[in-house]
Amino acid sequence: MSGSAVLLQFLNGLAGASSLFLIAAGLSLIFGVSRIVNFAHGSIYMLGMYVAVWLSAKIGFWASVPLTALAVGLLGALVEMLLLRRIYRAPELLQLLATFALVLVIKDLALWAWGPEDRLGPRAPGLAGSVTVAGRQFPQYDLFLIALGPAVLAFLHVLLTRTRFGVLVRAATEDREMAAALGVNQRWLFTAVFALGAALAGLGGALAIPREPANLEIDLALVSDAFVVVVVGGMGSIPGAFLAALLIGEIKAFCIGLGYSKLTLVAEFMVMAVVLVLRPWGLMGRPFGEARAATSAPPAYGFAPHKAMLALVVALALVPLASDAYALVLLTDVLVFALFAVSLHFLLGPGGMVSFGHAAYFGLGAYAAALCLLRFRLPMELALLAAPVAAMAGAALFGWFCVRLSGIYLAMLTLALAQIVWSVAFQWDAVTGGSNGLVGIWPAAWLASRTAYYLATLALCAASIACLWRIVASPFGYALRASRDSALRAGAIGIDVRARQWAAFALAGMLAGLAGALFAFSKGSISPETLSVPRSVDALVMVLLGGMQTLAGPVWGAALFTWLEDAVSREIAYWRGTIGGVILLLVLAFPLGIGGAWRKWFSR
Amino acid sequence: MNYNILFSLIIISLSSTAGAQAQAVKIGELNSYKVFPAFLEPYKKGMELALEEINRSGGVAGRKLELVTRDDGGTPGDAVRVAEELIVRERVNVLMGTFASNVGLAVANLANQRKVLFVASEPLTDKIVWENGNRYTFRLRPSTYMQTAMLIPEAAKLNKRRWAIVYPNYEYGQSATASFKKLLSQAQPGVEFVAEQAPALGKIDAGAVVQALAEAKPDAIFSSLFAADLQKFVREGNTRGLFKNTAVFNLLAGEPEYLDTLKEETPEGWWVTGYPWSEIGTPEHKAFLDAYQKRWKDYPRQGSVVGYTVVYSVANAVRKAKSADTEKLVEAFKGLQMQTPFGPIVWRALDHQSTMGAYVGQLSRRDGKGTMVNWRYADGAKVQPSDQEIRALRRE
Repeated sequence: MSGSAVLLQFLNGLAGASSLFLIAAGLSLIFGVSRIVNFAHGSIYMLGMYVAVWLSAKIGFWASVPLTALAVGLLGALVEMLLLRRIYRAPELLQLLATFALVLVIKDLALWAWGPEDRLGPRAPGLAGSVTVAGRQFPQYDLFLIALGPAVLAFLHVLLTRTRFGVLVRAATEDREMAAALGVNQRWLFTAVFALGAALAGLGGALAIPREPANLEIDLALVSDAFVVVVVGGMGSIPGAFLAALLIGEIKAFCIGLGYSKLTLVAEFMVMAVVLVLRPWGLMGRPFGEARAATSAPPAYGFAPHKAMLALVVALALVPLASDAYALVLLTDVLVFALFAVSLHFLLGPGGMVSFGHAAYFGLGAYAAALCLLRFRLPMELALLAAPVAAMAGAALFGWFCVRLSGIYLAMLTLALAQIVWSVAFQWDAVTGGSNGLVGIWPAAWLASRTAYYLATLALCAASIACLWRIVASPFGYALRASRDSALRAGAIGIDVRARQWAAFALAGMLAGLAGALFAFSKGSISPETLSVPRSVDALVMVLLGGMQTLAGPVWGAALFTWLEDAVSREIAYWRGTIGGVILLLVLAFPLGIGGAWRKWFSR
Repeated sequence: MNYNILFSLIIISLSSTAGAQAQAVKIGELNSYKVFPAFLEPYKKGMELALEEINRSGGVAGRKLELVTRDDGGTPGDAVRVAEELIVRERVNVLMGTFASNVGLAVANLANQRKVLFVASEPLTDKIVWENGNRYTFRLRPSTYMQTAMLIPEAAKLNKRRWAIVYPNYEYGQSATASFKKLLSQAQPGVEFVAEQAPALGKIDAGAVVQALAEAKPDAIFSSLFAADLQKFVREGNTRGLFKNTAVFNLLAGEPEYLDTLKEETPEGWWVTGYPWSEIGTPEHKAFLDAYQKRWKDYPRQGSVVGYTVVYSVANAVRKAKSADTEKLVEAFKGLQMQTPFGPIVWRALDHQSTMGAYVGQLSRRDGKGTMVNWRYADGAKVQPSDQEIRALRRE
């Protein structure tokens, strides 16, 4: 690269960093105060883009920017008051489920309101052209963005350090209960912060339209980028978010400038993984106090009665006698996802470790099975055995890094590692088949019929789930739960906390891998989608729908979610939004999940 | 309620009143309607138009045609489940549809396992008819390879030496790039490829990519970007003057789905593949255009033609086979000749690819809208590798 090329790419990186910062700042504020992992932040940004494109056709671009921010901020306030406010007292992570449902609803809403075609906004009047920088043309608008990032940072800095509102926000970020005890009106504060965060996202969306079209794919793509920035910077730290945005913006620009554009697929996740391993609380973050009162007592998990479980398995084994073949196909999916969800629940519940990247092990199992069968020409039965071993190896490797962190940082590291695995599968054409994946992964002849495969899946899944539940009630399980409830006290009585957590990680990975292999053989093909973030999120949704508080919850969650998707997508055109709506209703009606509601009903 | 359900209800009631008549031929269609709505909403309209026309004129081989559509959720796993439902519960005679290549390949693979005919309408991947081709899978649209090959004559004629390439980083972009390099090097020995950019699909950092391409000082650019990536690339390139003295070739950019969003940004003189719907004067296209506009009060997109043609393809195969039996239909599809809005096509027996072509031309701005000029129809039959190469790939 020549000197002027370096300068230009540096400026490109700065412009990119500014847009990243705008969306990350709002997310960071919201998390800092309310501890909500707001999946819907990208959707709010997307709404901002659509609203701005629509408004700017009527009143011009510059007038549309503040109006959009205001409108989207108001919408944020509404969402907080009508939805999130009702579930702050629910177990943590439930808010995450609610915001996930919002993603689905907002996406279909935008499709309905603005149609399927991308909407390219106008150029910014007055800044439509380019200026000459080092003999090259550079967009005027990008210069404006470069200046805007620091301006917003300065504004937020003054707001947070020089105003009473800022003092309250910082107090709540530091210690929510203490702030409440001192008489700070939490409801108002939470609403205001959520609205401010949403308004920043709306502003970011409006300011993005001269550079990119409003489109329906932007929401999830953006929210993962924003999370990376927030976590790399340190959750809740605005200057940290700015620094991280700069770092990631520049790294991406120079990846492209130096001809390594393929790296941009995971550049930010690699940065995040490195930062989290070296600095567990991000570049400028600090360990924060846990919310004390918000969660109910940690669940104790009574072991499900053997008889009921056995009866259910027997009943399931008899299904082939009384149903058509499609019910078996659907039930096979349900069983596979039940095992997947139970393995994730083992980490989340008894293990106390949130994973946003559990699909990595599901996918590793699927790919291991496929490669054993297709490349090494192993019999299908052996491939099915090798898959959980491979997934366990992967989980052990990643788990070694992950158990050194906790809370949201641990979750984000699992996400980063999963994304790295995904990108390998996505790009390594010669082995994994690249984005197309691998085909021709069918079970052995004696398992080829739908009935035989269903029964085999039932046997393996039921046995694995029973084992895992038994382990929860074993001394190992008790030690694990002790480590979750108080790492300090568990350590004091001689439990090696990290070793237990590491073992739990490997075990959960192994069973996810088995689920992945069963999935691969039931579909006959796999693609990188089996390792992707949406697959991880699906598993989380199943666990949360079913309820974290009971062992059987994830099984019900998996069944409900799979059935919903199948039934709703067949009958209703706007099926995504409908599923989102159903989840929202369930969240409001059963904050403890279906499993929790069930148990509450019977223990009465 | 949903228009579709209503429509199928009408069909069902029609066929049940006709009681004595033979059972309807059932097509099970699955597609990612909510993931790629811009392409698939017009596609669905095309399908429904064809279905109405066929049934109004008495159906095929004395039987009505029935269409059952499903959303495949956009992932291979869900698509396979939906296809299973169509096979065992709906008992469809033919599977049809899919958009993304990984989904198309997964369903093709299932079709082979369950021995059901699958007519892939949209997926572009070469593999679905070549490396992973199978007895039960046929594909309508011109593949990535074919569309790339269509641009080669114009590209070679310009005799530009230094080429830069930009493509979305997944199989479609990769194989378009590989084919382009191979074919252009054959047509124009001594050509150099000076820069390659592969941004992630849907996440192009357009400013940096445009800058990096400009630094390589190419004489020409080959791009396979589409949708939001294309729009960002075009706007940045216009602002930064990348296209001023550089010829650009872009796959698919002339399809109304992608072209119409560009409006005033439409870059002049780009060579593209696409569908200049308002310009084509052939009687077969005129008939389609009138019928479509009359039925939907909207102009057709590329997807409309694909949806319309794929339904007619199945109908013609049933007519030729005089049966809806899978094995007979597979044989009927081989070498099936038929008329389409783009002119006559043949379903090749060799690799199960139809010879449907595409239009090659240059982009131009007219009244603030993008359009295609200097276009020609590139027949899909003329942009194929040798039979020998294909046989080697199919390993049959």
